[in-house]
Amino acid sequence: MTEKPYHDIPGTIVFDAEQSRRGYHLNMFCMSLMKDANRKAFKTDEAGYLDRFALTPAQRKVLLARDWNGMLAEGGNIYFTSKLAATDGLSFQQIAAIMTGSSQEDYAAMMLAGGRPIAGNRSKKENGDG
Amino acid sequence: MADIVAGIATSHVPAIGAALDNGKAGTPYWRPLFDGYKPSQDYLKALNPDVVILVYNDHASAFSLEIIPTFALGCAAEFAPADEGWGPRPVPIVQGHPELAWHIAQSVILDEFDLTIVNKMDVDHGLTVPLSLLFGQVKEWPCPVIPLAVNVVQYPPPTGHRCYMLGKALRRAVQSCDKDLKVVIFGTGGMSHQLQGPRAGLINPDFDRAFLDNLTADPQKLAAMPHIDYLREAGSEGIELVMWLIMRGALDDAVREVRRFYHVPASNTAVGHIILENRG
Repeated sequence: MTEKPYHDIPGTIVFDAEQSRRGYHLNMFCMSLMKDANRKAFKTDEAGYLDRFALTPAQRKVLLARDWNGMLAEGGNIYFTSKLAATDGLSFQQIAAIMTGSSQEDYAAMMLAGGRPIAGNRSKKENGDG
Repeated sequence: MADIVAGIATSHVPAIGAALDNGKAGTPYWRPLFDGYKPSQDYLKALNPDVVILVYNDHASAFSLEIIPTFALGCAAEFAPADEGWGPRPVPIVQGHPELAWHIAQSVILDEFDLTIVNKMDVDHGLTVPLSLLFGQVKEWPCPVIPLAVNVVQYPPPTGHRCYMLGKALRRAVQSCDKDLKVVIFGTGGMSHQLQGPRAGLINPDFDRAFLDNLTADPQKLAAMPHIDYLREAGSEGIELVMWLIMRGALDDAVREVRRFYHVPASNTAVGHIILENRG
């Protein structure tokens, strides 16, 4: 992976060319869930429905496990993976909470209190873990 | 002569549309937000524009990864609200302005901005939430709308400088139309927010306030800001703010700030709103 300046931002995967190439089929699977008939077919037989897409074993695994951060690592984009969340009946805020490792109550309370602060979240170097 | 007389920026958070559509606008969570837009609705009603040019981004609704236009201008007669997975929002069909839209497309392409021309496009919350915030819950939108969709999903989006210069080209295009049209331009998206990964929920009010200040006073400084600063300081989805620079570029260099509103949170997002008028 070519090092890019935004790789220094903690807890963030930028959907760049590299990620988009990796995740094309994963994202197009998510896009297919815009249609109700496809949502039903997926719900009826998740693994069988995924066979329609040229996914890697790792991509199948994170999708079936609903590993939302894993999907991003495998090339997913949040606006696409959120369509899988919607199919599961989850809101944007619910999957955001999951991705941050918080309960939904704690996450909602953090947002009401002004959100996640920028201090300490700018760079991995600043945090000493880069 | 046609001209762009004012610019309006606003966030376009989907949860705002859902709150309105599900009758939750009066709840303690949402009421302060909707109250913040009431004076702007009155302002726009009094201004009574003939056309709105609405700069927004599609969120994997009309455009998937099959085709990713950087700038796409809606030239159709109408645009239907998109089904984003829960059925289309119960809002009016958006009427376009094909005559002005095509005029703009031709003008800016010859002015070296190679737009994609779109004759069929559903419009998602990125376009309909700003209309709801500024026009309220209406049976018909009060004027035609020309959608300008900007890619900010696939990195990299256009630079802030490119957006600012496109705004200037849009102004020239509108001014070269011999119809007597009063045009208002919307720039939407932002403000600071991140929807993905362990850093989701990021809000940076200092960045947002400085952005609002500079939007009025020093847009050239904002136009020079590199993408890494948006990503780092405003969150991975905060980079939507480059779209506000298209709106700003379409106004005079010197503008008057009519009003602004800032509110945290709407779901995962800091909501920012500003109205600018040409000083002339």
